[in-house]
Amino acid sequence: MSQSDQSQETTEPDSFQDPGVPYHRPRLSDKDPKAAKRAERQVAAMFGISILGTVIAIWAYFGLHDMGEDVESIQQTNTVIGIGVMLAMFGIGWGAIHWAKTLMRDHEMVEERHELRSSDESRAGAIQNLKDGVEDSGIGASKEGVPRRGLLKGSLITAMLVAPLALLVPQIGNMGGDWNVGLLRHTMWKKGTRLARDPDGTPIKASDVTIGSAFHVIPEGLNEMGHGKLEAKAKAIVLMVRLDPRDLTIQPGREDWSFDGIVAYSKVCTHVGCPVALYEQQTHHLLCPCHQSTFDVSDGAKVVFGPAKRPLPQLPIAVDDEGYIIAKSDFDEPVGPSYWDRLKTPDGDLTPEEGSH
Amino acid sequence: MGTKLNNAAAGTANYVDERTSIGGFVKFFARKIFPDHWSFMLGEVALYSFIVLLISGVFLTAFFVPSMDIIHYDGTFPTMQGVEMSRAFASTLDTSFEVPGGLLMRQIHHWAALLFTASILFHMARVFFTGAFRKPREINWLIGFTLMIMSLAAGFTGYSLPDDVLSGNGLRIIDGIVKAIPIIGTYISYWLFGGEFPGEVLIPRLFTAHVLLVPALILGLIALHLFLVFLHKHTQYPGGGRTHKNVVGLPLFPVYTAKAGGFFFVVFGVIAFMGAFFTINPVWNYGPYDPSPVSAGTQPDWYILFVDGALRMMPGELWGFPFEWVIGGYTLSMNLLIPGLIMPALLFGFMAFYPWFEAWATGDRGEKHVLDRPRNAPVRTGIGVAVITFYVILVLEGSNDIVANLFHLSLNDLTIFFRFAIFILPVVAFMVTKRFCLGLQRKDRELVLHGNETGRIVRHENGEYIEVHEPLDEQARWIAVNYDDIAPSVVAPSHNDRGVERKGHKFDRFKHRLSRFYFEDRVSPVTPAELEEAQHHH
Repeated sequence: MSQSDQSQETTEPDSFQDPGVPYHRPRLSDKDPKAAKRAERQVAAMFGISILGTVIAIWAYFGLHDMGEDVESIQQTNTVIGIGVMLAMFGIGWGAIHWAKTLMRDHEMVEERHELRSSDESRAGAIQNLKDGVEDSGIGASKEGVPRRGLLKGSLITAMLVAPLALLVPQIGNMGGDWNVGLLRHTMWKKGTRLARDPDGTPIKASDVTIGSAFHVIPEGLNEMGHGKLEAKAKAIVLMVRLDPRDLTIQPGREDWSFDGIVAYSKVCTHVGCPVALYEQQTHHLLCPCHQSTFDVSDGAKVVFGPAKRPLPQLPIAVDDEGYIIAKSDFDEPVGPSYWDRLKTPDGDLTPEEGSH
Repeated sequence: MGTKLNNAAAGTANYVDERTSIGGFVKFFARKIFPDHWSFMLGEVALYSFIVLLISGVFLTAFFVPSMDIIHYDGTFPTMQGVEMSRAFASTLDTSFEVPGGLLMRQIHHWAALLFTASILFHMARVFFTGAFRKPREINWLIGFTLMIMSLAAGFTGYSLPDDVLSGNGLRIIDGIVKAIPIIGTYISYWLFGGEFPGEVLIPRLFTAHVLLVPALILGLIALHLFLVFLHKHTQYPGGGRTHKNVVGLPLFPVYTAKAGGFFFVVFGVIAFMGAFFTINPVWNYGPYDPSPVSAGTQPDWYILFVDGALRMMPGELWGFPFEWVIGGYTLSMNLLIPGLIMPALLFGFMAFYPWFEAWATGDRGEKHVLDRPRNAPVRTGIGVAVITFYVILVLEGSNDIVANLFHLSLNDLTIFFRFAIFILPVVAFMVTKRFCLGLQRKDRELVLHGNETGRIVRHENGEYIEVHEPLDEQARWIAVNYDDIAPSVVAPSHNDRGVERKGHKFDRFKHRLSRFYFEDRVSPVTPAELEEAQHHH
């Protein structure tokens, strides 16, 4: 204080002067040997608690319950092992920190920093070394008598750049399986496939579908599939509801896609593909729980809210001779989220007529 | 006994040193000085939770089977009896219910992962707000940023391994976003999943990434990160005797060996406590992955929420303007690309390169080892709070169903509110924070000039009552006045004295505007002259 006051009076500097590192304030354990002794005992006690924790964890593992008895007992074993681990860790941690805070010398020390930049000498030396190396190799500008080998540089760089392809092409090529992205355009629905309950797979009769009810639907035969079942299911899931026909707005061109108020839509969200599983009977809205895209089932499953842009694809349905609901065809467009060439077939554009035959 | 031990130690030291010259290292490291502050522990938490992840992860790999083969469950857990599931999911159940300590380790692993990502972000925020990213630490900021991205990759690959219905839906969302990438999207999806989603190879692939590729990268980057911390020597908060040319603190051995080493065990203890008492991600209640069922209130791990929130917020169509375009028969889904790829790329890009942006905008070129108090960099602090606001809005939107439920709000209204808020609130947050900082700087001035109120009222002889103010002590005053007072850059005139237009004048004016953005509103620190004048008033 007095020092800076003095300097103010004499030279009046533009800024204050650094008062320097504050004086060390002694701790209780610095002044009182009894307090220091107490701290030492506390630290030792904490280390003791840690040892106790280890014992508890091992005891719980061996002694608490017979292995694999039932869920309850194993949960208990887990908790007690956890308590043991916790104490084992806390004991060491707190003990060490308490030791450092009460007993280790805590006088602040000062260390000088050095500018990170290398000295001019070492920079010059580094540059010279690199230059020498470049010359020795013949890559760069040549000294007399040493020919410049530019060809080597070019060919080496090219070789280095293309060499990874020798590994990457097989690696990446194999990872994509058969690369048959055309599979995305089709599902396992085809003409005559019965609509069956998800998950048990029993076919559904039109008479079972009462007004206001909603069915989670899979194609009949899906459950019997071996390979590729989840892939098939991921595309083929359908939500079927029956509305009062008066509430239903039939989309133009789809007059015969529904049956007496029964409509079936793909359950794969056109946003990012979550199952659109929540049906609200009062509003006829289908809600995707992932990102809350909302589709109006009574009006062509058009988007009424949320991040999806396209309506859910509709599955054309009819009823067979035995009264079971069947598909009239596959979906007329790829189900699920949009992708770059979803409207393209290998031969050309995918049109509704093409898909619905 | 004592001397014997000492002799043995000396012998060992000699043996090692003669073969490694480790003596030099020990001399260099042992008494290295580290400054002390609670906020320096945030990075430590990240490091230690990563070590806990390695330890618990090794335990789990002994029991987890990374396979998508379908089996029928016949283990201890009653409600899953006979259910079709992948081996991965079944082995997760077995680890939980048939391996004593298995569930504990799973929960320790998961909690440690959440803590890992969280502590990295808090550590980054600390580094940002105190300006610790400035020269010479820009490269280390970038390494730390990469570690943050790696932590997200580690988290997401691990979260997906149990092959439960929630994580499966998470993968399906990733698949949807990937497919939206123009031209090559479907092929990237096939490359990832080995064919159509979900395929039969993803879990083994994620497993390799999760236990080998990502942790190896993280370990390497941590080594580099810490090496640079040693090389640069740690930054320090302003205070008496602390300059850009020194470091004031306590030695690594023994104080920080004990404190930081001990802190590892405390972090481990906290994670063990959470693992023992708090259930996390009870996949046995969700069931194995099946593309059909999904439950309401599906939330990913917290660190993914911001992307999920962006996906929820982005409308498919706004005021009749669609965000999915069909151009020449090809589909471009901006409603996926903007929230799923463009927004994260911009956010992360801004974060990654901010140090260079600020250095360029402010023209600051010197080595900086004393940290800024956030109030002394009002614009930077404002930018930081604005980014955090942006992020938090996305996180809230990512859990909008839970928020709506909790506060009895309409889900749709909440989303519509957030659609506006995401543009407005960060700007508001910036302005408010900047004002706050300037206000705090003025308060510092006030305290330096007039001291602390003591609450002691004194009556003068002339009858005037005044409250006695106690001047700040030297150390406190130094902290309040010791900061750089930077004025905006000055632009050279557009034409030289011969009336010829100067090259690059427009660019200079642009840079000048940036400089004004940073430094126009500012509060200068008290000068000794001002203090003396203030004292004469009393």
